[in-house]
Amino acid sequence: MTTAPTVAGPALATAVAPRPPRPRRRRTPVTWVRGGGLGTVLFLLPMLAVFLVFSWLPIVQAVVMSVQETNLVTAPVFVGLDNFRAVLADPLLWTAVRNTLWFAFLALLIGYPIPLVAAVLMSEVRRFKGLYSALAYLPVVIPPVVAVLLWKFFYDAGPNGVFNTLLGGVGLGPVPWLQDASTAMFSLVVQATWAAAGGTMIIYLAALTAVAPELYEAAELDGASVWHKVWHVTLPQLRGVLLITFVLQIVGTAQVFLEPFLFTGGGPANSTTTILLLIYDYAFANSLGGDYGAATALSLMLAVVLAVFSAIYFRLTRSWSAG
Amino acid sequence: MRSLRSAGLLAVVAVTTAVAATLTACSGDSQDNADGKTVVNVTIDPGLEQGAIDAFEARVAQFESANSTIDIVPKEYKWEGTTFTAQLAGGTLPDVFTVPFTDGRGLIERKQIADISGLVAGLPYAEKFNENIARAGSSDDGRIWAVPIAAYGQALHYNRTLFTQAGLDPDDPPSSWDEVRSAARQIAERTGQAGYAQMTSGNTGGWMLVTLAYAMGGRAESIDGDRATSTIDTPEMARVLQTLRTMRWDDNSMGANFLYEWGTINQDFAAGRIGMHASGGGNYGSLTAQNAMKPEDYGVTVLPLADDADAGVLGGGTLAAVNAKASDAVRAAAVKWIDFYYMSKLITEEAAVLDAKTTADSGQAVGAPELPVFDKATFDQRQRWISEYVNVPLEQMTPYTDEMFDQPLIPEPTRSTQEVYGLLDPVVQAVLTDRDADVSALLRDAEAQAQALLDRR
Repeated sequence: MTTAPTVAGPALATAVAPRPPRPRRRRTPVTWVRGGGLGTVLFLLPMLAVFLVFSWLPIVQAVVMSVQETNLVTAPVFVGLDNFRAVLADPLLWTAVRNTLWFAFLALLIGYPIPLVAAVLMSEVRRFKGLYSALAYLPVVIPPVVAVLLWKFFYDAGPNGVFNTLLGGVGLGPVPWLQDASTAMFSLVVQATWAAAGGTMIIYLAALTAVAPELYEAAELDGASVWHKVWHVTLPQLRGVLLITFVLQIVGTAQVFLEPFLFTGGGPANSTTTILLLIYDYAFANSLGGDYGAATALSLMLAVVLAVFSAIYFRLTRSWSAG
Repeated sequence: MRSLRSAGLLAVVAVTTAVAATLTACSGDSQDNADGKTVVNVTIDPGLEQGAIDAFEARVAQFESANSTIDIVPKEYKWEGTTFTAQLAGGTLPDVFTVPFTDGRGLIERKQIADISGLVAGLPYAEKFNENIARAGSSDDGRIWAVPIAAYGQALHYNRTLFTQAGLDPDDPPSSWDEVRSAARQIAERTGQAGYAQMTSGNTGGWMLVTLAYAMGGRAESIDGDRATSTIDTPEMARVLQTLRTMRWDDNSMGANFLYEWGTINQDFAAGRIGMHASGGGNYGSLTAQNAMKPEDYGVTVLPLADDADAGVLGGGTLAAVNAKASDAVRAAAVKWIDFYYMSKLITEEAAVLDAKTTADSGQAVGAPELPVFDKATFDQRQRWISEYVNVPLEQMTPYTDEMFDQPLIPEPTRSTQEVYGLLDPVVQAVLTDRDADVSALLRDAEAQAQALLDRR
């Protein structure tokens, strides 16, 4: 056991002599067991078993199933890459890809800045900060299915729907919301933003507390406006978090399922059919049990695309993130 | 430290053992109980009143006393598209379960249910099934794999209260599509509710489009030997879509929701937001039990048929099937149960009366319109047996019941039925949500896709 230095500082660092290398003890199975290695492995076993059965095994099974034709009742048949070819030849795939990209774009446009703006505003609030935070976070704790059912009432396309009644008060509408291909996706994004913004905002709020107040004071001394402080101090200080939330948002929106599934079932006329909904439809839309091979093939393709996207994104932004 | 490590080791061993034991327990499923009896899992509807549960258990006791080597174990089950898929794939269906006619042929083709045709052939009434009805549960060579236990034809349901509010006579419902259109417009104008609504989602859009095409004299497929040809791009289908388009865009009589499926259209119909819609003729029970529809609001009439020799009503119903994983002993016991529980009430007075009494006592509908599984004489005889327990407003159903037997009943398409219905959903949705939808192009594309599906089979 060594004694910790009682005084810390750069000056002392040069005065401390380098520690001599420890003599290496020979590691044998006996020393490994005596050192607690066996206990560690045994402690790990239950978790490994759970991960194996409920995470890794399904992934391996999905890979296997993607090259099979199976209804999970009769014996599967190996079909090579036929499922991948069938998925790529399905015209609905490209509709789903387009719709998913459109959802991602709208979500980025609407959903990405809102939590940031809300967090910045919230950080400036002096009174009732906790109350505002709780109110902003409230949608996150409402069960998603309940929230969607609630919003279905709001989105009622009739003149007596909640939103249409409000719009009617100012002489607008009625808007068909979910009942028209041109407005359905936008309606889904608005609800999804409402549901998720609170969670992201809390992350930004936490990150904002780490921004040194001296930076703002220095900016104020230089005569910076509020906008300049946000642009030159807040955003650069948050860039690490912004980077992560951006990737999480892209990955999340690429896997959007709940909203189109519960609101529109992919309609009207496939205008909200997303990639994950298509995967679901391959597997479950047919009550006889659908095309599990195609469903797993498309799932794997989506996973690979997202993994490659994440890798490239982190690679390209590494210097920015580190800076 | 040593004792802490020992305690940790013990905990690890205990947890590992528990996990292993749990996984082992999940993997086994015995078909014989400790007494050597054959265990058969059968279905009971979820959410029944205690009286209905007691009556079901009494029937189980009767069966077990007559079949001492069989142990009946009830499991809650109700067919729903998505949960059924998961149960089928996960192998967790009961040994005996029910499915709609729509799925019968597909399940048989994929061998996802047990082949009980040899056992069914031995039942005394095996040859007496209505041919059109039996086809839903039969393989291509005519053997019955799944037993038809109930049948219905599509009908036009209407809300009598909305009819009255709109100045229409609820005892004289529309008998042609022109009259449907005119009534829908009047309801929409005078009540502000949807005059006519249509299911469009979850494969029901295709189901209803094919239903209306049948009513116009069309079909969705033609079969020649082993070759199936899609017949979606036809004048009859186009006529249906043009009628819907006119009601939607010219008359504005179809309300504001164009993404209905079976459950949601029933909700809005029961809530008085829909004047008319087409669906199964036997829906009264679920409308009152699940959607709290007021009996006095309910009216039903036959689906108007075009003046065409091929025009008819799409038929549907329920099949009892046996789990593909069941052993031979379980299959034999399962068919005995199907015969005892589902079929005897259709052909023996004692079982018919007991079933009707139990159903009525538990507050469920008795006497809602249905079609005969066997011949009309057997059906009429059963109606007389249960007449004492009928609790539905029969008078309000006479526009349907007076004429339902005169309409030709046409089975659903038999090849890739669900998939074809599914690809027709967006066609109907497009017509109802896009004023400029190109009906010809939509039907042409849908037919090409349907043909690809049929060819793949």
